[in-house]
Amino acid sequence: MDELFYREYILEHYRSPHNYGHLENPDISAEDDNPLCGDRIRVDLKVEDGRIADVRFEGKGCAISQASASMLTDVVKGMTLHDTLRLGKDEIMENLGAETLAAARIKCATLGLKVLKAAAMRALERAAEAEEQHP
Amino acid sequence: MIAGIPHATGDKVERVRADFPILATRTSKGKPLVYLDSAATSQKPRSVIDAISHYYEDYNANIHRGVYEIAERATDAYEAARKRAAVFFNAASTDEIIFTRNATESINLVCYTWGFEHLGAGDGILLTRLEHHSNIVPWQLLAAKTGAELRFLELDEQGRVALDDLEQKLQGTKLVAITQVSNTLGTIVPLEQIVPAAHAAGATVLVDGAQAAPHMSVDVQALDVDFYAVSGHKMLAPTGIGILYGKRALLEAMPPFLAGGDMIRRVTYDRTTYNELPWKFEAGTSNIAGGIGLGAAVEYLEGLDMAWVREHEVALTAYALERLAEVPHLTVYGPKRAEERGGVAAFTMGDAHPHDLASILDAEGVCIRAGHHCTMPLHERLGLTATARASFYVYTTFADVDALIEALEKAARIFKL
Repeated sequence: MDELFYREYILEHYRSPHNYGHLENPDISAEDDNPLCGDRIRVDLKVEDGRIADVRFEGKGCAISQASASMLTDVVKGMTLHDTLRLGKDEIMENLGAETLAAARIKCATLGLKVLKAAAMRALERAAEAEEQHP
Repeated sequence: MIAGIPHATGDKVERVRADFPILATRTSKGKPLVYLDSAATSQKPRSVIDAISHYYEDYNANIHRGVYEIAERATDAYEAARKRAAVFFNAASTDEIIFTRNATESINLVCYTWGFEHLGAGDGILLTRLEHHSNIVPWQLLAAKTGAELRFLELDEQGRVALDDLEQKLQGTKLVAITQVSNTLGTIVPLEQIVPAAHAAGATVLVDGAQAAPHMSVDVQALDVDFYAVSGHKMLAPTGIGILYGKRALLEAMPPFLAGGDMIRRVTYDRTTYNELPWKFEAGTSNIAGGIGLGAAVEYLEGLDMAWVREHEVALTAYALERLAEVPHLTVYGPKRAEERGGVAAFTMGDAHPHDLASILDAEGVCIRAGHHCTMPLHERLGLTATARASFYVYTTFADVDALIEALEKAARIFKL
């Protein structure tokens, strides 16, 4: 990996992450970790009409995992839950401005996305259940 | 270069490096390879690589069965490797050297045979806080099934094993299972104090030698350990071959571990009598090439002289500790004196995560490990989630340490520390 990968804005997101912390009454929360390196991320979502109305994340770990999660929260605010499920590795790499990343580090970069998708999936399941009960 | 380091070390290490083909290679970015992850696995000298190819090219055959020429040659080479290992570790007999896959399997073998026969509810298993997962998890599984209890020897502020409550913790302890050298802090555990005390208390002693056997002279009879576990791949041999040393009386009384071919004497549909030591514990076709490779690795280390290996690593470690101390925001964990530790240095640097450090160093051709090094509980105890770790071996030079420092300084600039 090129040293240029650790660009200034990645360190800025690492040291001053966007949308960091908790939501007061989140509709959905999800958390996961990467035991290999100890990266951990938790995401809180506020959902309105199938869209992410607000998002917060909290976590610890390497600059790549935390900066990537921080950038992701900026991207998904206002996005529909369905659209967040379509996000993948390519979008994450684009956020980071990286062409390639060692396989072990891709797990760091995509941890935030994994947690966000788990939260979005749960929100959609819950909506489907509510639909069934009160059609 | 700092004062007091013998230059003879430097001359010899250059000759050693010429024996390791991989050290002449370069990374995809054209950087020379600075390999500082020998605690994970060592590089292999030409003689080991050749011994393996030679077996496959010239006399590949199964062992202990064939009556034809190459089968006999294969058997002889495999058993010669066992003999060489027995001499290297000063076992009383070749029969006490069991070939396994690695130290993990050696420990599991003892756990599932000796352990399940001898340990019951309330029996103590005494470990240190330093242990690698492979010397914790098997005992946790055993404890969950038998009601045995895990106890731990604590560490002082430098990560050295505290012995003040050893006698007390040995009360009711039936097994002491401890590492000889910590793979994270480098701490050398004082076996010469622990083993006699353990025996006096009636406990059996298993030592995880994965990080010691490659780096210092180990005499299992002088240490008086009951079991000693070794991983071949950390001591110049290929992966997939390890050793369990056990005292004959213990091994003879133990039930077999894995069952199958080679470990039997006579089988009928109703019953089986088992083979003699050491084959009783070697079911199925063994890692023949691995065993032969391990023999070549031991021969290479004998040629270097283990006293030199240790002296070289103490000098390197002293130099590394001194240079690492010069790097701002860097903290090294473990004993302060090189004489009290193996050739490994785990550290953190400011708020730069060890994985980021390892990636930045990788771009410079410097290979280090980042993470918990299979000692999650120890990291938790130190209040850390991860550390970066540089580890040394016979081919490591002072220039490698300089390259590490330079790359760390670059990482510090990138992270604006």
